Amino acid sequence: MSILGTRVVRTEDPRLLTAGGTYVDDLRVPELTGAARVTFVRSPVGHARITGIDTSAALAAPGVVAVLTSKDMDDLPPPPPPPEGGPNEAAPMPLGGPWSEPLLAVDRVRFVGEPVAMVLTDDSYQGEDAAELVSVDYQPLPAVVGIDSALAGQTLLFPGTESNVAVTAAKPGEGGGFEACDVVVERTIENQRLAPVPLEGRAAAARWADGKLTYWVSTQNAQISRFILAGALGLAPPSIRVITPDVGGGFGAKVGIDRDAILVAWAARRTGRPLRWVETRSENLVGMTHGRAQRHTVKIGGTRDGRILAYRLDIVQDTGAYPRMTGFLAFLTSLMAAGPYDIGFVETAARTVVTNTTPISAYRGAGRPEATAAIERAVDLFAAEIGMDPAELRRKNLVPSDRFPFSSPCGAVYDSGDYVSALDKVLAGAGYAELRAEQARRRERGDVVQLGIGVSSYVEITAADAAAGETARLVVHSDGTATVYTGSSAHGQGHHTAWAMLVQSDLGIPMAKVTVIHGDTDAVPEGVGTYASRSLQLGGVAVHNAALEVKDQARRLAADMMEASEADLELDADSGLWQVRGDPGTARTWAQVAGHAGHDGLQAAVQFSEGQPTFPFGSHVAVAEVDTETGKVTLVRHVTVDDAGTVVSPLLAEGQRHGGIAQGVAQALLEEMVYDADGNPLTGTLADYAAITATELPSFELLDSETPTTINPLGVKGIGEAGTIGATPALQNAVIDAVSHLGVRHIDMPATPARVWAAIREARDSQ
Amino acid sequence: MTVNGAAVGAEVADRTLLVHFLRDVAGLTATNVGCDTTSCGACTVLLDGQSVKSCTVLAAQADGHEVTTLEGLADGDGEMHPVQRAFHAEHGLQCGFCTPGMVMATVSLLAENPSPTEEQVRTGLEGNLCRCTGYHNIVRAVLAAAGEGQASR
Repeated sequence: MSILGTRVVRTEDPRLLTAGGTYVDDLRVPELTGAARVTFVRSPVGHARITGIDTSAALAAPGVVAVLTSKDMDDLPPPPPPPEGGPNEAAPMPLGGPWSEPLLAVDRVRFVGEPVAMVLTDDSYQGEDAAELVSVDYQPLPAVVGIDSALAGQTLLFPGTESNVAVTAAKPGEGGGFEACDVVVERTIENQRLAPVPLEGRAAAARWADGKLTYWVSTQNAQISRFILAGALGLAPPSIRVITPDVGGGFGAKVGIDRDAILVAWAARRTGRPLRWVETRSENLVGMTHGRAQRHTVKIGGTRDGRILAYRLDIVQDTGAYPRMTGFLAFLTSLMAAGPYDIGFVETAARTVVTNTTPISAYRGAGRPEATAAIERAVDLFAAEIGMDPAELRRKNLVPSDRFPFSSPCGAVYDSGDYVSALDKVLAGAGYAELRAEQARRRERGDVVQLGIGVSSYVEITAADAAAGETARLVVHSDGTATVYTGSSAHGQGHHTAWAMLVQSDLGIPMAKVTVIHGDTDAVPEGVGTYASRSLQLGGVAVHNAALEVKDQARRLAADMMEASEADLELDADSGLWQVRGDPGTARTWAQVAGHAGHDGLQAAVQFSEGQPTFPFGSHVAVAEVDTETGKVTLVRHVTVDDAGTVVSPLLAEGQRHGGIAQGVAQALLEEMVYDADGNPLTGTLADYAAITATELPSFELLDSETPTTINPLGVKGIGEAGTIGATPALQNAVIDAVSHLGVRHIDMPATPARVWAAIREARDSQ
Repeated sequence: MTVNGAAVGAEVADRTLLVHFLRDVAGLTATNVGCDTTSCGACTVLLDGQSVKSCTVLAAQADGHEVTTLEGLADGDGEMHPVQRAFHAEHGLQCGFCTPGMVMATVSLLAENPSPTEEQVRTGLEGNLCRCTGYHNIVRAVLAAAGEGQASR
């Protein structure tokens, strides 16, 4: 029996549980002996001119090796010219041109946390002391905070631009619009700014010796990091070795490397001293990119009997101080705007604006949770307007299962799905009818604690850059063990376990004999890494295909050894033995077959690309209690169907769903990065930023569903972000549903007690 | 001080935090620093058997006391502690960064309350953040470890 689909515990765990992981700060390698610590001097103001920097006091402080500012940066290649033909909003690359982001601030700072100077010291305590002594003269400028301020354009962030709108895009609808609709509902919705908060913040270490840079970094992508470093420092990629030791979470905010991390490498070359930088949490909350930060204006229309005919989504993406992603996040939101529904007319428009806040980048879902939140709120608003049960309205409008592959009006091709079944399954699992009955009883009694039931249906895109593919190299050694070199990159997902499962399943080499190597550009020069829920469907399939190639080679070798015809040979995938069919006496082990291989051994290198992305889908039901006197929300149950095709490892897939749900719940109820009007972060520590804890969550109820895709041979789609995408709108809808009988139609996230209480109060006052 | 049963001593600056003493002097790097406001619990260790956040204890305060870190939890033969085994069996960790603190907090929690309810587990771990697991399997692991503790009594 295949090991795939069975509950295999992780191979990574014993080391993490007994010795702890080896994160960048834990590295005790000889190359980093005597490494100096990097401490950044960061802007304490949101928008200002720099009129002077005095480093003399810091240079005289104990343990200081060097203090570096932009004036020291005379050894770098010029930045690349802006792209011809204007920005490519579909490419998640910095916009460049007049919107360029320096490495260290030159004459202007644009967000609190922007790096201004680097202090190098023998130890980290000295670094904190000396950084305080760097004196920077800031001449404050008016801060642009929030979308309204950005659009007003009274202050521009970038000289040489005409407005704070960096990218504009629009996709008009085709055919009849809202004219044919009996009912049209319109609403502006905030999708608030979040901090990713991986438990390990950003960290990097660098050593420059003998013309080669060795660079350890906490990233999701070793090879992309090498590419970025090569461009920024003017080095040839082979002269850089990037190593990712254990990585303590990423959630999209560790895709590649950012300016702070590049600077560590630059400073190591500049000073000749090995360096290590490990940011504090307070730095992390302002220095690491944030996520979300979109404002939506939704307009939805249809018939009174519940047929949705038209939908419009207008997006304004606050991209923070620098457009690091061009218009990419709003592009993904636009691409997925129609959700899982069959709506005749859909149009989108998007503007990406700059503000004096931390730059925005990918965060678990990256544009898709925003799309789902918008349409799932719109559907509930429409249901409330026509007086229809929101689950029933969804069922009427979901793309039916006989329409796949389905071309959405936004330009996506949904590969496979059964959206109605997912909805029905989650409703049955939640006991939807009984929940509605309990809700009715509480409303009838006028209970203080009311019950809300929130439904969401979603479809999302995974491996959006399917064509970029992923690499794998599989080697079977003459001792019968195997090594997998993967371009994919793990930061908690369990790649080593999953890849070993694939090898055991294909070749019968037991997992315990399979070693997986990732995140070292000397060992794996080509690869892409992990984001967009791409690992299994690209990196995993690459491993699978490499195994099949090795199997073909082995068949030829074994045939040669046994003097038999290849067609007569079989591999017993349970025992891992090659034999002439029906003749156990001829059995050869993998060790024997590999030993018979020639100079290059028994190995295969594969680059696997998908023809198109895949589209996981599902439905969530959140059950929330709302105290109508205090506004306090308690998530009581969360039930989900998340269908990501064939499941290779139920244990890992469930873990991804759990973590995703929790981050989705966190957005609905708790988390928000808040700035004051001057651009000062008010949630810049973990004492202020409401990262979700165990007490705010119930155990989750996960239901199984597997609708394979035909896009790849394993039938798999991505599962890393689905939980987040489905959970947020389900819970937001539940909170509003709990108080809808009081006249409340909408509450923006996070649904804090103050917000919920105010919404109830406002609804009561207006009646 | 005694760390995982061995005497460790050094002359350190007054302001040295216990977590940095453990990492940089004792060479035990399992204990992580995840924040600077005593919020995340990644640095949780046992001080005389009780869980403390070692980022908020001065090394000098631990002078003469017994400290246990994740590295000291398995028995002499390398056999994992029941809490470590339960985290493995229940997939109670992903990236592993919160894990040392989470495991040590669990050991302390179960010492105080050997058979907690799910709610007591969640309340007991409120001071330990995990960003990967949604706490679901961590709670399962703690309850499983408690069950194993019950069964072995």
